Amino acid sequence: QTGSIKGKVSDETNLPLPGATVTIDGTTIGSTTDPNGNYAINNVKAGTYTLSVKFIGYITIKKSVTVSGATIENFSLLPESKSLSEVVVIGYGTQRKKDLSGAITNVTAKDFQKGVITTPEQLIAGKVAGVSVISNSGAPGAGSTIRIRGGASLSASNDPLIVIDGVPISNASISGAANPLSLINPNDIESFSVLKDASAAAIYGNRASNGVILITTKKGKSGKPVIDFSSQVSASKIPKEASVLSADQIRDYVKANGTAAQIAQLGTASTDWQKQIYQTGITTDNNISVSGATKHLPYRVSAGYLDQDGVLKTSSMQRITGAINLSPSFFTDHLKVNLNAKGAQVKQRFANEGAIGSAVSFDPTKPVYSGNSRFGGYWQWLNNPAQPGGPLKDLATLNPLGLLEQQDNRSTVYRSIGNLQLDYKFHFLPELHANVNLGYDVSKGTGHNIIPDSAASNYKGFLDTKGVTHRGLNNQYKQTQSNTIFEGYLSYAKDLKSIASHIDAVAGYSYQDFSITNYNFGNFAHDGTEQPGTQPVYPYDKPENRLISVYGRLNYVFEDKYILTGTVRRDGSSKFNPNQRFGTFPSVAFAWKLKEESMFKGITALSDLKLRAGYGITGQQDGIGNYDVISFYNLSTNTAQYQFGDSFYNLYRPGGYYALRTWEQTAATNVAIDFGFLDNRITGTVDYYHRKTSKLLNKIPQPAGTNFSNYIVANIGDLTSNGLELNLSADVIRTSDITWNVNLNATYNTNKITKLTLAPDPSYPGAPTGGISGGTGNTIQINSVGYSRNSFYVYQQVYGTDGKPLDGVYVDRNKDGIVNENDLYRYKSSDPKGYFGLSSNLNYKKWSAGFVARASVGNYVYNNVFSSSGTQLSVFNGIGILNNASTNLLESGMTGSFDKSRLSDYYIQNASFIRMDNVNVGYNFGKVFHNTGNLRLSANVQNVFVITKYKGLDPEVNTGIDNNLYPRPRTYVLGLNLSL
Amino acid sequence: CTKKLDLLPTNDVTASQVYSTPEGYKQAFAKVYGAFALTGNKGPAGDDGTKDIQGIDEGTSDFFRLYWCAEELPTDEAVVGWGDVGLPDFHNMSWSSSNTFLTGLYYRCMYQITLANDFIRQSSDANLSSRGIKGTDADKVHQYVAEARFLRAYQYSILMDLFAAPPFVTENDPLGGPLPKQISRKDLFAYIESELKAIDAGLVDARGNEYGRADKAAAWALLARIYLNAEVYTGTAHYPDAVTYSKKVIDAGYSLVTDYTKLMRADNNLNKNEFILTINYDGLHTQSYGGATFMTHAPVGGSMPAADYGIAGGWAGLRTTKAFVNLFPGGASSADKRAQFYTDGQNIDINTISTFTDGYAISKFKDVKIDGGAPQSLDYADMDLPIFRLAEQYLIYAEATTRGGGGDAALALSYVNKLRARAYQSATTGQLTALTTDLLLDERGRELYWEGFRRTDLIRYKKFVEDTYLWPFKGGSKDGKGVESFRTVYPLPSADVTANPNLKQNTGY
Repeated sequence: QTGSIKGKVSDETNLPLPGATVTIDGTTIGSTTDPNGNYAINNVKAGTYTLSVKFIGYITIKKSVTVSGATIENFSLLPESKSLSEVVVIGYGTQRKKDLSGAITNVTAKDFQKGVITTPEQLIAGKVAGVSVISNSGAPGAGSTIRIRGGASLSASNDPLIVIDGVPISNASISGAANPLSLINPNDIESFSVLKDASAAAIYGNRASNGVILITTKKGKSGKPVIDFSSQVSASKIPKEASVLSADQIRDYVKANGTAAQIAQLGTASTDWQKQIYQTGITTDNNISVSGATKHLPYRVSAGYLDQDGVLKTSSMQRITGAINLSPSFFTDHLKVNLNAKGAQVKQRFANEGAIGSAVSFDPTKPVYSGNSRFGGYWQWLNNPAQPGGPLKDLATLNPLGLLEQQDNRSTVYRSIGNLQLDYKFHFLPELHANVNLGYDVSKGTGHNIIPDSAASNYKGFLDTKGVTHRGLNNQYKQTQSNTIFEGYLSYAKDLKSIASHIDAVAGYSYQDFSITNYNFGNFAHDGTEQPGTQPVYPYDKPENRLISVYGRLNYVFEDKYILTGTVRRDGSSKFNPNQRFGTFPSVAFAWKLKEESMFKGITALSDLKLRAGYGITGQQDGIGNYDVISFYNLSTNTAQYQFGDSFYNLYRPGGYYALRTWEQTAATNVAIDFGFLDNRITGTVDYYHRKTSKLLNKIPQPAGTNFSNYIVANIGDLTSNGLELNLSADVIRTSDITWNVNLNATYNTNKITKLTLAPDPSYPGAPTGGISGGTGNTIQINSVGYSRNSFYVYQQVYGTDGKPLDGVYVDRNKDGIVNENDLYRYKSSDPKGYFGLSSNLNYKKWSAGFVARASVGNYVYNNVFSSSGTQLSVFNGIGILNNASTNLLESGMTGSFDKSRLSDYYIQNASFIRMDNVNVGYNFGKVFHNTGNLRLSANVQNVFVITKYKGLDPEVNTGIDNNLYPRPRTYVLGLNLSL
Repeated sequence: CTKKLDLLPTNDVTASQVYSTPEGYKQAFAKVYGAFALTGNKGPAGDDGTKDIQGIDEGTSDFFRLYWCAEELPTDEAVVGWGDVGLPDFHNMSWSSSNTFLTGLYYRCMYQITLANDFIRQSSDANLSSRGIKGTDADKVHQYVAEARFLRAYQYSILMDLFAAPPFVTENDPLGGPLPKQISRKDLFAYIESELKAIDAGLVDARGNEYGRADKAAAWALLARIYLNAEVYTGTAHYPDAVTYSKKVIDAGYSLVTDYTKLMRADNNLNKNEFILTINYDGLHTQSYGGATFMTHAPVGGSMPAADYGIAGGWAGLRTTKAFVNLFPGGASSADKRAQFYTDGQNIDINTISTFTDGYAISKFKDVKIDGGAPQSLDYADMDLPIFRLAEQYLIYAEATTRGGGGDAALALSYVNKLRARAYQSATTGQLTALTTDLLLDERGRELYWEGFRRTDLIRYKKFVEDTYLWPFKGGSKDGKGVESFRTVYPLPSADVTANPNLKQNTGY
């Protein structure tokens, strides 16, 4: 009697697992699962067998099965948690995770943040110790500030290098795109590798100081075509409004404090201006992909369409993306080809974000509409209210809704990134590979900004040569970017069994060119009249820079216990002086797999133990000019001419320069321990690092009379940072019905500036930074020797016995009898001392649930909303209109008439917080459509809540200066995944 | 292969390209002048790459605007209501070495000196011959060089007056070379004096140059000005020299325009009979938020009708104090037509400096044409600002004579009476019969107010820091009070003291 065994193999989320093998132990009989995860073994004699179910990256299941007739047996495989066989993408190659010696964190798709994620970097927010990813605003497609270990630089760029499928991309923003990364569809991404320490990153040389993020996109898999379709629909709302006085409150306040004329200005309406400018934003996101293989050609093709409306009216984004990956092999796998091409078109409408501040400030006793058609019908402040046709009040706050609805700022951006990678394994020496990588990243952004001539925002307009006024705006912009890369490297890997060693070596060459073309246009009124004098002197400008590099890495493993890695890169950069443009960046790292030592082998509870130590030198050359190592003369614009006699001359102006400029250099040490317990159900890593950046690219004052610029980016200064990182992951429950995984990461990071001037100068207060709103040219932060970067530089507020700040009274800290700039002191910093991420995923049969939370401790924020709109002067201002005020006015009672009050430490607030980024729940229906396909539904809430003492709208402010940020919405998402 | 790393900008050019033609020389020379009126290479304002001075808001970084703040705000002539950090320090007389405005002004002056030095260096005979600039082209460049030296001497005179002992660089100090040495106030005086005399032969005759460019009279006018103040700068008075040089200017053929109230207008280039040298602005071609734009926008607020001032709207900042109003007999309604106050809705007394309606406004600067016509732009002024005009030379002659400089007392009196005849629009009313130094200080106030003279005048008269003359909010006190004597000199900016260890900070700071 023969029977059969049939069934389905699924993964931990109940999705089918195609390509898993099911074999009967002790025989060669077996089957492979089809794209729906089904297997069938026919013609099996009745009896009891042991079945083995295997899939790479998953824990093999062995189960005893008694066959009689048609037996059905389903399996659910669990991933090998932090699988030891996991392969991690490193610079120029891959490595088994267990052989890593540097601080590299790998995040794959299953661990990504869920919900509506429109820009790739948000996928790993809160997921990696030492990496903070903070969205810059709640606007559609807005970028994020990514800091790896807090960044190693001061006033130059602190952004990490991002490499997509082997193509290092430029950090330059693209005109018309809110964020260059928003042109990459997050759904196409397979994994992130974050290279955190110098030994991992130094192979990227003079761009590696702030860490490197390697993004790998999804590729085709062998087997029949699998179609994946996902669809999401979501609704976003602002979690809360900025706290301002209501119409009745402001009426009371003006009546109590104002003059008769001011009281007469009060209106009778009660308008909630913030309600007027915000909306519920609906977003749909649809993605489809087909992957599989025909003979020797694995492929994956995908397309996506995102349609997002912002919570601020008139902001939106539509994105169409397409990606193709082909990875054929030729000559019996001796030549592997990997072709990637990704394209995107993003159409965006940018709202006038000035409306956010206007909505806070606009008088709520005024109606939205005036009742007449002037200014498009929006109520505006006039010079003389008795003359409805008279001039607009100059400098008055403008109607927030008018600012939004009377601006049409739209862009269309195209971007394509792609590469062709050839990997040839030599026939005569198969250990040797030659790898050639040709890549490109091109983009084009165009847009226009149209404001009708009725709009109050452009009421002034300009006079043409006949003295006729032209109003409104009809401007355009255009930019193209083209980055190309050629890379070739040889790699050699060999097991030397006789000496129990394994070596792995890479040596290569790289040439990369970054070029941007910025087109210049004049300024046009809405009717198309060009403003006299604004015609550009040059039609375009084309800044460009290049890098030529050679690099190498040697990995040596002895007895599978001791791992030694050395890397070196030599970079030449066009940004520097010819005689000092080359730099060498070495690193070395050592790892010791203690678990393999006999003394630990016997401890069964301990499944992994590894020590790692590394040291390296990396560089940083971003955020500085391309050419200014010599002085160039630039011709002035047509509005910056000078008159001699009756003629106007365009001026030749020599520019500032710094001949000795070079990359900044970071020497970093990393010491770490990796551990695993209970068959790696609990794994963790603790990293300690110490970094010292020297030759800081730092804008410092020049001795007057020696340069054409009084401040120039020079290489003077040192910055040290120290940190401790912890990553813990636990499979708390691991049964066939229930799995529960929890991941916690924690980062402690401090930094201190140790040098800023050539010779030590205690009288030098430091370099001011952090411009604030209110007045002109005011700053609130400073970089000073002996203090943390971006320390606030403020007056010490004196408080009355009632606990309220005494207006205009500050501590005379140097006791010279005068309160002036010499009494400013450094108080707290916007950099957090610690930050945390906590993720949880729970699966119960067909249900899944999870959350991601983040927290930050010790970060302070300057509440610019309070300081600029929480004063009496903002209500009764010099312009002669009434404005609304932040409710802080009632608490502080500040008049705002003292210039120093905006620099008071009263406005520096503790912005430590806990934020629930995402809570999600899903249900897997399993087979639908006649036993094929798989359907999963999910629901998410993003930005669920924030716990903080911070008094403004949102404590998470990258710059540390909170000034009417586009609010981060709370988003409710419904999602569907269907695979066929 | 490394040749691929040699990249050049698309539009920017090197010195050898700029200075390869006579036209290039003139455009580079125009920058030496243009840096007086413009704040960067993009009008009215650009970004960090296009602005001239870093570390200060670009609109504020204009030469005349900053110089005006330093000269007028700590005096009886002006207050400003804005809360820009450090700005109220001027009338509070509490500035420190990190004051943004003083730092910006110092760097603006030093920047213009650095530009002049570069131009002079590029115009050496060796450079001219190697670039094939010869004949009349070379003659023109020589004339440019004389003017660049004048502009440099002028900027040094500002630094000498405000900061006393700045770093000293000339065309002989290469860019990026050793740290500049500090020069004492006395040595700087001697240098300026000798430079102005040395370039006399190279400058065009008085009133012989293109409008907007310096001639011999400009150099004499500057000599007369520094001689008048020589005692403050060097401890030694030079009144006879002040008499000599102001007389040379007066005799060069200038004349007063007939109506004082039309001096500061959009088309005041027509007033060149009185103007010896101007900073030239233009609403279309020379746009900045400083200079004439500042002078025509910042004083307008309250109920002042913007259209009367040729602007789209005022900035509601500048007013004056009661002490200044009282210099005019009869105050704001004086028969002296120089009393150009706007009083509707304004209180003569200042309660709160940030309130525009506290303190009378000044209506002397209007960007409308002399015939009342509209300017080219309502946002950027067309008006030119005189840095030397005949009236000042009359007053220098009168004061130096009265102080014993050996001039003709009757002539001195007649010069002052010329000003008063214009002021009262009468050959009889308002005429003086004798001069005293105190009377001349008041007369300078009435004639030259808001043109950038007051602080220097009060220091020369020992009334700036002393408690012998008080005005509302002097020293930050509502009734006024004296302050420390070291405040007759501004501090060197801490930024440069740090960057250049050769600099010794001024006493008291």
